[in-house]
Amino acid sequence: MAADTDALQKRFDQLIDADDRIEPRDWMPDEYRKTLVRQIAQHAHSEVIGMQPEGNWLTRAPSLRRKAILTAKVQDEAGHGLYLYGAAETLGTPREELLDRLHNGRQKYSSIFNYPTLTWADMGAIGWLVDGAAIMNQVPLCRCSYGPYARAMVRICKEESFHQRQGFQIMLTLANGTPGQQAMAQDALDRWWWPSIMMFGPPDSESVHGDQNTRWGIKRFGNDELRQKFIDATVPQADLLGLTIPDPDLRLDEETGNYLHGPIDWGHFWDVVKGNGPCNRERLGTRVDAHEGGTWVRQAATAYAEKQAKRATEAAA
Amino acid sequence: MSGKADWPLWEVFVRAKRGVSHVHAGTVHAPDAELALQNARDLFTRRSEGVSLWVVKSNDITASDPNDRESLFDPADDKTFRHPTDFELPDEVANM
Ligand SMILES: [Fe+2]
Ligand SMILES: [Fe+2]
Repeated sequence: MAADTDALQKRFDQLIDADDRIEPRDWMPDEYRKTLVRQIAQHAHSEVIGMQPEGNWLTRAPSLRRKAILTAKVQDEAGHGLYLYGAAETLGTPREELLDRLHNGRQKYSSIFNYPTLTWADMGAIGWLVDGAAIMNQVPLCRCSYGPYARAMVRICKEESFHQRQGFQIMLTLANGTPGQQAMAQDALDRWWWPSIMMFGPPDSESVHGDQNTRWGIKRFGNDELRQKFIDATVPQADLLGLTIPDPDLRLDEETGNYLHGPIDWGHFWDVVKGNGPCNRERLGTRVDAHEGGTWVRQAATAYAEKQAKRATEAAA
Repeated sequence: MSGKADWPLWEVFVRAKRGVSHVHAGTVHAPDAELALQNARDLFTRRSEGVSLWVVKSNDITASDPNDRESLFDPADDKTFRHPTDFELPDEVANM
């Protein structure tokens, strides 16, 4: 048996070393499977919870067009959650169990969604910064070693660029608007900037799963590297908007061409992860209510399907 | 019933346009085929990605075992004569 496992492990290592893909029915180390289920599920949970901050403004969008755009975006996020739950299920964990883990708090979602959306400008800042940071994180996952996850990410990334562009356009409209609208845009940037750059996770020097995930082809770039890429891409965009990034230490390093940022408040980050952000309780509560409120719909659909199946067998008899 | 939906898993295949085959896109959960189609439509074709959908219960698919790949697929490797490039012809034979 041990010899068997050795051979299987060798085959797995060969595939990983060749930058080939692992597919659902392949043998894989238990830790690889567990890591992927955890990462994909948390990613799925984030997409699902991520509908709430923007859902908050659906009924108050400033025009019918904006409302239709925001609805389409929120619907995409639901779809992203479903693609990802589908990918996680190929690893042998049923969807019900994944949802249970979200609902009972055993698994987390991205902390970025634990902040409130106070004004319409937050719809702009979220699309521009939050979806922008998500894209930075997600593009490398399109080459993840686990096939179904990589394929889900390809679909997701195709849909994300519309999200970022519609957000930036909201910011642009406000930035070119009245002084009041400009102030609203600046206020949204002030509140979303730091949480957005925290989305890349703690510095690599403190990251727990980093090395093994890199070895397995699950992680392609370090947190700091991706954060730097995001900041370098975003600073000129803020300039274009005529808005100020709320970091007095931010400066261009002539030598590297990178924008160096000031200290990040990781104490605050961990506090939100632990459940003490402004909206943690509300987000999870809303999710559980939605799930429970939908029980009768699921029951009705099941009952209908059973009745139709019974009729079909009776007609055939 | 606790509201847990023991809905089967369905594999979804999408034909991107007329003239090409259906290609696997992903999965949905649904109590029956009709709703599986509806869900697949909402999930996989919101941006004109398809003109036709298939849904198949995942349990109804029989798949080859990855561990059998050597016996199933490797024999093909030593039959290079199945490929046209295996046959060297004079340059004068331009198109064949
Ligand atoms: Fe998304
Ligand atoms: Fe998005």
